Amino acid sequence: MNPWVTFKVALRALLRNKTRSGLTMLGIVIGVSAVIAMVAIGEGAKVKVAQAFDAMGTNLLIVMSGSTQGGGMRGGAGTMPTLTWGDLASVRTEVSSVKYAAPVCQTGASIQSDEQNWTTMIVGTSLDYFAIRNWAIDKGALFSQADIDSGSKVLVMGTTVAEKLYGAGVDPTGRTIRVRGSPFQIVGLLTSKGQSPMGQDYDDAVVMPVTTFRAKIQGGLAQYIPGVVFVGATSSKTTSRAQRDIEDLLRDRHHLQPGIESDFSIRNLSELAGASQQGTQVMTSLLAAVAAVSLLVGGIGIMNILLVSVTERTREIGVRMAIGAKPRTILAQFLVEALTLAVMGGVVGIGLGIFVAQRLAASFQWPLLIRGDIIVLAVGFSAAIGIGFGLYPAWKASRLDPIDALRYE
Amino acid sequence: MATGEQPIEPNVLLRLDGVTKVYSLGDGVEVHALRGVSLTVHTGEFVAVMGASGSGKSTLMSLLGCLDRPTSGAYFLEGRDVSRLSRNELADVRNRTMGFVFQSFNLLSRTSAKENVELPLLYAGASTKVRKERAMEALGRVGLADRSNHHPNQLSGGQQQRVAIARALVNQPRILLADEPTGNLDSRTSIEIMALFQELGRSGITVVVVTHEPDIAAYATRVVMMRDGRVVDDHRQVPLAAVVPPATVEDVEGGVLAGGAP
Repeated sequence: MNPWVTFKVALRALLRNKTRSGLTMLGIVIGVSAVIAMVAIGEGAKVKVAQAFDAMGTNLLIVMSGSTQGGGMRGGAGTMPTLTWGDLASVRTEVSSVKYAAPVCQTGASIQSDEQNWTTMIVGTSLDYFAIRNWAIDKGALFSQADIDSGSKVLVMGTTVAEKLYGAGVDPTGRTIRVRGSPFQIVGLLTSKGQSPMGQDYDDAVVMPVTTFRAKIQGGLAQYIPGVVFVGATSSKTTSRAQRDIEDLLRDRHHLQPGIESDFSIRNLSELAGASQQGTQVMTSLLAAVAAVSLLVGGIGIMNILLVSVTERTREIGVRMAIGAKPRTILAQFLVEALTLAVMGGVVGIGLGIFVAQRLAASFQWPLLIRGDIIVLAVGFSAAIGIGFGLYPAWKASRLDPIDALRYE
Repeated sequence: MATGEQPIEPNVLLRLDGVTKVYSLGDGVEVHALRGVSLTVHTGEFVAVMGASGSGKSTLMSLLGCLDRPTSGAYFLEGRDVSRLSRNELADVRNRTMGFVFQSFNLLSRTSAKENVELPLLYAGASTKVRKERAMEALGRVGLADRSNHHPNQLSGGQQQRVAIARALVNQPRILLADEPTGNLDSRTSIEIMALFQELGRSGITVVVVTHEPDIAAYATRVVMMRDGRVVDDHRQVPLAAVVPPATVEDVEGGVLAGGAP
């Protein structure tokens, strides 16, 4: 008997018991859709976390000044300026694993437009800052190196600030605002970056040349940077090396003997991101494991139903054998029944899983990530369950003695 | 068909030679269902196998139908010894040579009459077209062509048994084996079925009916009596012609109730 006929016989047998077939499939449907939805949720969370860290900056290291020390009282990171402009220049040019380095000086201040005012974060920095943070200009243009060299009174604005001062959707470029009494021209509007992993609004800031910041907003000791240094490593793999190289370079430049504590600190945000991603990875695996268990339970459901079905259909099997079905034909029929249930359940489960994943992604505002390999895996697994758990009932059916089967009550 | 193992008399369809069947019930308990049965059946015969329960008539039936293998002895079917074939080979023999009719009809539920009749052809590997044609032909032969799309629960008992007979005939078998075919039918429907069997016998199909009712055996051309696993009597007779009496109101109502037709 050819496979197509076997399939038709099995399909007819399944259709004769639609309720039972449907309920049997349900286990697999739930299992497969759970696997797909769970993995999609996990992947979405992972991407969401990665996006949050990307928004903070790519391959970001933050170099901070040392702390003040007086009478045993230590002031905390950044309280004692130790990083010089010379340090910045050599980190940028002498460390091969460093691609970008920018001074970041910031303070809170009130800014005024003609009608409104808003207290926000004022950042003074160089052009590298935008490269490190992957922060592009939406409207207008970035200030130029010439602006930095000359200390022009220009700035680029975050979307939240523009909205507070001018209302949503208004292009503020070209307008003038006052910061600490000085008039500044808005040359560009930054793209929206959203929130930091800690909930801070990145878009609630204005960014100006570091030279202007020092001259007009907040001064400081001439040779020291009144803030921190953002460093962008050449790639995510080189951040740890860049950290060590910068450490060595700065200790050398600060003439620190071995054994003496560094008068600066370096924070590696990639490690933080990595740890966070590992956390979501564990969550994904956990969800997938739970879903896999439900898939297994679905498989056992198939076996249960098929075993009951073999007993219930003993006479049918007897009749089929009497009119010429070979044991292997019966085996094939029951195997194909199991396989059909499992694969159909798998296909329906994919549909349901994608639907659920879409709903969840929409409600969590996560990117929808359906992994093709997981779909293949889930369907492969459900087919394997069909064969694996269908084999025993099918074998049992094929071993029936036609006479016993026919006389079965 | 294989030849040469057995000199074939003309018209000999099957021959049992000293066949025994012993069932082992475990703990060394054995049941001797057949204690040496020898029997020759010719093509076109209508044989009734009779006996009390436990006489071995059902065991004889399953051996004749190749549903089971004898413990010892030989079974020549169309000259070929089938007593030592494998389960798979026996399935082929049943499919090509036998048609079965059971007391409880044994139709597949929730399956149309036509699909039930098609089943043996499905296992024989016939094409869809051939299956449809032959199934309709067989249903026509038992007078149920207009019921081909009915499910068993929409048919009366007699109609169900006729569908079962159509299924038995569809593969053009040499032998029709019927195990108490009228056990679940009223007398009028029983006569209809017997008339059908007599007609099949005339067309060259050998019919073997197991029954414990002498009324039914009367329609056969030959009666084999079994007792304690042996043939105790085997004689040919002039069969009673099966004439269906005209229907009465009671018969129709009785048939409806007994057959469970809608």
